[in-house]
Amino acid sequence: MSRIDAKFAELRAAGKKAFVAYVMAGDTDYDTGFEVMQGLPAAGVDIIELGMPFTDPMADGSTIQLAGQRALEGGMTLEMTLQYARDFRKSDDTTPIVMMGYYNPIYSRGVDAFLTDAKEAGIDGLIVVDLPPEEDDELCIPAQAAGINFIRLATPTTDDKRLPTVLQNTSGFVYYVSMTGITGTADVQSDEVAPEVARIKAATNLPVIVGFGIKTPADAKAVASVSDGAVVGSAIVAKIGAGEPVPDVLGFVGELADGAHSD
Amino acid sequence: MAQDLFNSFMTGPDEKGRFGDFGGRFVSETLMPLILELEAQYEKAKTDDSFWAEMHDLWTHYVGRPSPLYYAERLTEHLGGAKIYLKRDELNHTGAHKINNVLGQIILARRMGKTRIIAETGAGQHGVATATVCAKFGLKCIVYMGAHDVERQAPNVFRMRLLGTEVVPVTSGRGTLKDAMNDALRDWVTNVRDTFYCIGTVAGPHPYPAMVRDFQSIIGKEAKEQMMAAEDRLPDTIIAAIGGGSNAMGLFYPFLDDKDVGIIGVEAGGKGVNEKMEHCASLTGGRPGVLHGNRTYLLQDDDGQILEGFSISAGLDYPGIGPEHAWLHDIGRAQYVSITDVEALEAFQLCCQQEGIIPALEPSHALAHVMKIAPDLPKDHIICMNMCGRGDKDIFTVARALDFDMGEFE
Repeated sequence: MSRIDAKFAELRAAGKKAFVAYVMAGDTDYDTGFEVMQGLPAAGVDIIELGMPFTDPMADGSTIQLAGQRALEGGMTLEMTLQYARDFRKSDDTTPIVMMGYYNPIYSRGVDAFLTDAKEAGIDGLIVVDLPPEEDDELCIPAQAAGINFIRLATPTTDDKRLPTVLQNTSGFVYYVSMTGITGTADVQSDEVAPEVARIKAATNLPVIVGFGIKTPADAKAVASVSDGAVVGSAIVAKIGAGEPVPDVLGFVGELADGAHSD
Repeated sequence: MAQDLFNSFMTGPDEKGRFGDFGGRFVSETLMPLILELEAQYEKAKTDDSFWAEMHDLWTHYVGRPSPLYYAERLTEHLGGAKIYLKRDELNHTGAHKINNVLGQIILARRMGKTRIIAETGAGQHGVATATVCAKFGLKCIVYMGAHDVERQAPNVFRMRLLGTEVVPVTSGRGTLKDAMNDALRDWVTNVRDTFYCIGTVAGPHPYPAMVRDFQSIIGKEAKEQMMAAEDRLPDTIIAAIGGGSNAMGLFYPFLDDKDVGIIGVEAGGKGVNEKMEHCASLTGGRPGVLHGNRTYLLQDDDGQILEGFSISAGLDYPGIGPEHAWLHDIGRAQYVSITDVEALEAFQLCCQQEGIIPALEPSHALAHVMKIAPDLPKDHIICMNMCGRGDKDIFTVARALDFDMGEFE
């Protein structure tokens, strides 16, 4: 059983929803980023989304883009992001790590080499924003073959006709994007999300996690109550970017986790 | 030669939007349904006579097509070799080839019931063309433009505003054309229901590279007919400048299966194509990667991070190139070379002096390559170069480069 599947089994047994936190590798510098990542499980994070910095994050708002720029200016590379996972695994072998980002740095490294390295580093899943099902041969299918979950985004524009295409070859969980738009901008509307999550759950047995626009513990609670869990990225990254001390950042993460878990 | 393996070079892209390994649809899930819908609508329009009738009517009466094919006699004599023809797309309404494509996309947008048009622009030519056609049809238009370009292309910013377009200066990333494209994509992903993204070049996710090529192919179709009328034969060499590559693809495409016609694309070499990467020559100085919805040659570092291009010409200042060019490059059907800023400036001045034509800096790159090769070619060798834009927009840049004080005029 993969770490992701094991984590959801554990949450189900405990009657809890998942709380997923996104942080950018190398933000604001290598050590700070790693310190935050290492502190996430104790703060209540069930699954870590580890952002891979990219110069042109077309689906992200300015908060994530600036985080990526800070990381790149500090010399962050894909290899160093993998090193985060290797170092993290020295003390934690159960919290799933999902790498999230864009295809070009992976393509540049070479898909096969990347997958081998990612598997060895202890990566459990991938979310690659610019690889829709139409490009599954590129990375999705090789990743599954290498034992790494390929987690797909479903969106408000994914209609019933298209949904089976999106769910095919998806594993681990489904990430429902709560709105048409980019990360870190509008606020989530959980009453709009509820029927969409129900629609997706009717078509798959995979857990459905919701992200985009979740900024407060109350948002996390509201979204978790209508889904299998909530993802928060920009709201956490904004605090890191503002230079808040790591314990304060993790304190905020803890409040978000409590929100998601309180459902 | 690899090209002998192909019966035709004009059949691409395939159903996945690929030209060989290049192209594709590397976009987020939110946009994927929109792109599939666009593809379906374009396929329908493409075979609809009324669509093309509307295009031709506007090309004739609004744009001023066909653009002349002009024998550049003094330039030919000056260079002393090949006979040089210029395809005068700089005479189009709005001063460049960009409007050929914009008309097609806006007519399509209207058919699709879209009421809000967005576009990215570098030098501002595509932005002005889009603003122009939107004004003509009473459509809301928003143009994303890198903050740096807003500054260096102030006249075009003012033109767009006069035409009723909202110009959004892009400060994300480094505030350049690629960032403008990122922000246009962000707008599109946010406003999926009413918005049509009018891309200005033969790049982006399928079907854009093929669609923009088809709209720009009017250049090559006319050139072919005009050349037959003038010389009773096809040219030996056709040449065009390349940023994303839309004017070049428009000239090249109708000639791809005429195997005796040599094809040369000219990239912006900036300060020189070397390890300092101060250029925009994606094919001669980049390697394959994925950006803005397609796989193509990109300027990038060892880690797959995208680099900024550098060129005196804002219109060529893009780290990628259309995927069909990447394919034509790899199979050897077209040859790609680069020209530096200095060489382009020389060609700019020569064209002014010899032909009374002030060219844009973009086609000045193509002309600089003509200057390099024409003298050594026989007098019966015919070159057809696409003069894809006029230089009015560039006079301040050129004045600065030549240390001419524009003083209060600037």
